[in-house]
Amino acid sequence: MLLRHTPEEVKERSSLTINPAKTCQPVGAMYAALGVNRCLPHSHGSQGCCAYHRSALTRHYKEPIMATTSSFTEGASVFGGQANVLEAVTNIFNLYDPDIIAVHTTCLSEVIGDDLTQILNKAKTDGKIPEGKLVIHANTPSFKGSHITGYSSMVASFIQNFAEPTETKKMQINLLPSFVEPSDMSEIKHIAELMDVKYVMLPDTSDVVNGPMDGKFHMYPKGGTPLEGIKSMGASTKTIAMGRVGTLAAAKLLDTKLKVPYEMLDLPIGVGATDAFIEALRKAAGASVPAELMVERGKYIDVMLDMNQYTSGKKVSLVGDPDLMLGLAAFCKENDMQVLHVVSGTKPGSKFEKRIKEICGDDVIVKTGPQADMFYFHQLLQNDKPDLIFGNTYCKYIARDMDIPLIRVGFPIYDRIGHSYFPVTGYRGGLHLLDQVLDTIMDRQDRDALPEKFELVM
Amino acid sequence: MEDQYTPGMEEDFKAEILEKYPSKLKKKRSRQIVINNIDDNGDVPQIHANTRTTPGILTMRGCSYAGCKGVVLGPTRDILQITHGPIGCGFYSWLTRRNQTRPETETSANYMPYAMSTDLQEEEIIFGGEKKLKAAIDEAVALFNPKAIGIFSTCPVGLIGDDVHAVAREMEAKYPHINIFGFSCEGYKGVSQSAGHHVANNKVFTDVVGLDDTPKEGKFRFNILGEYNIGGDAFEIERVVEKCGLTLHSTFSGNSNYQEFVSAHTVDLNTVMCHRSINYLAEMMETKYGIPWFKINFIGADATAKSLLKIAQFFGDKDLIAQTQKVIDEEMAKVKVVRDEVKARCEGKTAALFVGGSRAHHYQELFAEIGMKTIAAGYEFAHRDDYEGRKVMPSIVVDADSRNIEELTVTADPERYKQRKSDAEMEQFKKDGFAFEDYTGMMGDMENKALVIDDLNHYELEKLIEHMHPDIICAGIKEKYVVQKQGIPMKQLHSYDYMGPFAGFEGAINFYKEIDRLVHSKVFGLTKAPWETSPELSGLYGWNA
Repeated sequence: MLLRHTPEEVKERSSLTINPAKTCQPVGAMYAALGVNRCLPHSHGSQGCCAYHRSALTRHYKEPIMATTSSFTEGASVFGGQANVLEAVTNIFNLYDPDIIAVHTTCLSEVIGDDLTQILNKAKTDGKIPEGKLVIHANTPSFKGSHITGYSSMVASFIQNFAEPTETKKMQINLLPSFVEPSDMSEIKHIAELMDVKYVMLPDTSDVVNGPMDGKFHMYPKGGTPLEGIKSMGASTKTIAMGRVGTLAAAKLLDTKLKVPYEMLDLPIGVGATDAFIEALRKAAGASVPAELMVERGKYIDVMLDMNQYTSGKKVSLVGDPDLMLGLAAFCKENDMQVLHVVSGTKPGSKFEKRIKEICGDDVIVKTGPQADMFYFHQLLQNDKPDLIFGNTYCKYIARDMDIPLIRVGFPIYDRIGHSYFPVTGYRGGLHLLDQVLDTIMDRQDRDALPEKFELVM
Repeated sequence: MEDQYTPGMEEDFKAEILEKYPSKLKKKRSRQIVINNIDDNGDVPQIHANTRTTPGILTMRGCSYAGCKGVVLGPTRDILQITHGPIGCGFYSWLTRRNQTRPETETSANYMPYAMSTDLQEEEIIFGGEKKLKAAIDEAVALFNPKAIGIFSTCPVGLIGDDVHAVAREMEAKYPHINIFGFSCEGYKGVSQSAGHHVANNKVFTDVVGLDDTPKEGKFRFNILGEYNIGGDAFEIERVVEKCGLTLHSTFSGNSNYQEFVSAHTVDLNTVMCHRSINYLAEMMETKYGIPWFKINFIGADATAKSLLKIAQFFGDKDLIAQTQKVIDEEMAKVKVVRDEVKARCEGKTAALFVGGSRAHHYQELFAEIGMKTIAAGYEFAHRDDYEGRKVMPSIVVDADSRNIEELTVTADPERYKQRKSDAEMEQFKKDGFAFEDYTGMMGDMENKALVIDDLNHYELEKLIEHMHPDIICAGIKEKYVVQKQGIPMKQLHSYDYMGPFAGFEGAINFYKEIDRLVHSKVFGLTKAPWETSPELSGLYGWNA
């Protein structure tokens, strides 16, 4: 057994997190900043933070992940990191020439109380920031929230710093996706484009962290939300936010600061949530739903129906980020599966559990926060074994020990590549996810069937 | 400048890189980018190393915590490791280094698939985290009841004043059957992972090694220090040394367990693989227990053979030497078949290696075995002695960043110090040219005029590719796709790209085949579409005709 020390009996823990179902804020901030065109993320802390975050994102995407660091030493930790930032800014513009540096803090720089607003002002008045170049920051101490809130804070910081107030509105919609894959960002754009809706999506990591092989290294790939786009977000008529935990901060800011009202939706995973997204888009932009989109919808539902006998009644357990959990729970219920467990290391606020229960029924076990970790998740599974696990790569240890198939979804996925290219959002994403689920379930049926029960046609 | 490597281009290359840097950085980097001008006495030039990375520079380096928890202690399966700090550090060091391990039985302790953290929240940052750490240890003991617990400090721990050592003492008093010890390996200590190695060495030496005087059974007992069983390297080494008739007592720390650590001082010889990460322990064990040490290298089939023979010769037993030679002959016969085949295809190709504190050196052996030349190399976190050899150690200036890593004062153990070889024997060894404490560094083994770059950064890597166009580059995960996107094969030498082993004889065979695959992969050739290289107009003519 790989996880041979995990006992079946669940005992309450208050202090020890074992096999976390979350990671720290800065990596989320780094990911969000990669989704802005010609923006270089900068980690204000020890260089280990930056090394770890770049490594995690590189393992997940198998693409270059570029980010710089303030490289704190013990001296900087005592005297403050201002000198490090000033030196870093000069070197970064000189050597790497980004349009924007997006600084995120770390536990180290937060504990010593570095005031980034003041430091970056100084950088400006000292002439360290070349004309036309921009440096912003987000506070992302690792002792608060998780990678999802770090992502959320960085996105909010882009709005705070760049989105401009205006009296004249534009016929455009703001789209704010929670922490999802580049493939999902593409899919959300695909839907808006099919509907002919003008939009600005922030961030947009598609064509950044899933770029093509063209024989060249691009420090700043062609993707990412353009700065001009972010500036114009204050002129949009509406914001559609997808995933409360990852987007609420930015959506609220657009509302209160720039008077752009928002509609908060779940991530468009499954039929209902995708319908809701399209409905919101349709109403906000006065657009009609094109036939092509109806065909995508119809194809997905067609397959759901064709194969319902294989999904119906299957018991599933979900672990990962809250916005994703809500989407996956809905997806599973629509396919007549029974959700047994939902576990997330991120604390999502009081509405989360209620929403999960609305979707899955009152019997589902929901736990979030520091001790809602994969050790606990594994214990739940030992007590009530599901047919399928939905979760990140780390679930493979549980999956193997318990001989339960795993659908890889969430962050990080270090051992498969599909997530970068094939979405789980939208109708096409639903079809793709269902295809994965069916392959998994049916492979298992083929593996386990008695010789006389082995089916040719399924 | 030329786009292909030609000997002699290094000076121009260096000048072009430095041109872009502001004056302070230029001055610093000019001492870290060195042309390996070997003089008539065989002496190599001085290099500036183990110095701060300049803020804002895209560096390959990590932190002290990574060096301590990730590198040195991480591969040990039954020391329960608790990261004291916010969640990130524990999360990122969770299984990502590929240290393989093989517990003795189905039920033997193995905590490696578990990441444990106190997951400090804002409240604890404000009011202190010691209480939570103690409670976390209570919970860990209740769940796992381990023999030993290591506590690893992250950045905020030092700053908020948590005393992990006091907590360790208090909890050890509460659980006397468990050895509990803390590491002050906060990420901001030192200038790289290297500081964390030293912190780890110190604590393992003071709190672990020497607790149990029971030796492992077997003749010719020795330890391997600085081998971390990435991709199963230690398994291959274990296979080979056992076949020779040697008894490997403990590896620090690949495929290791706590019991092997506590009795590691009972051996007669320490051998050192990765000099950078663990030479401190070798030195301290020699001073305290009288265990001599020398450098070995199991990367490269020839190097493996040489190292095995040296170990056998140290023990001096005729049968052992004969058996070792027999094993070498057997293994080399298999190695040679593959080597000859691969060499025929790879001869003359070039490599550049930027990794670690010893791998950039060791892997040059493997490339040389298949006829590939290392035109540039450098370490990520090594010191001058790893480049220039241990003879420069007395002249290394201790700066502010190194000074805050404790240097232990070690004396001979009054009861357990035992000279392993008599003075006469040692004299004879010396006469025979048999070196102890002998790391001669990377630069002396590299070609005259080769390029040596310490703490290579992204900008320099891009320039290096642009001008020297090596046939393969070896570095880590952060560099992997930067290099590969430019059409250059890239081999990760931290994780081996999830392959291995590459150590020993079977490892050498694996590596030859892998490099052959990489430098001859047809996929790179598909990058350009046919219409990108053929003139556009020819199509039009065809249409018009």
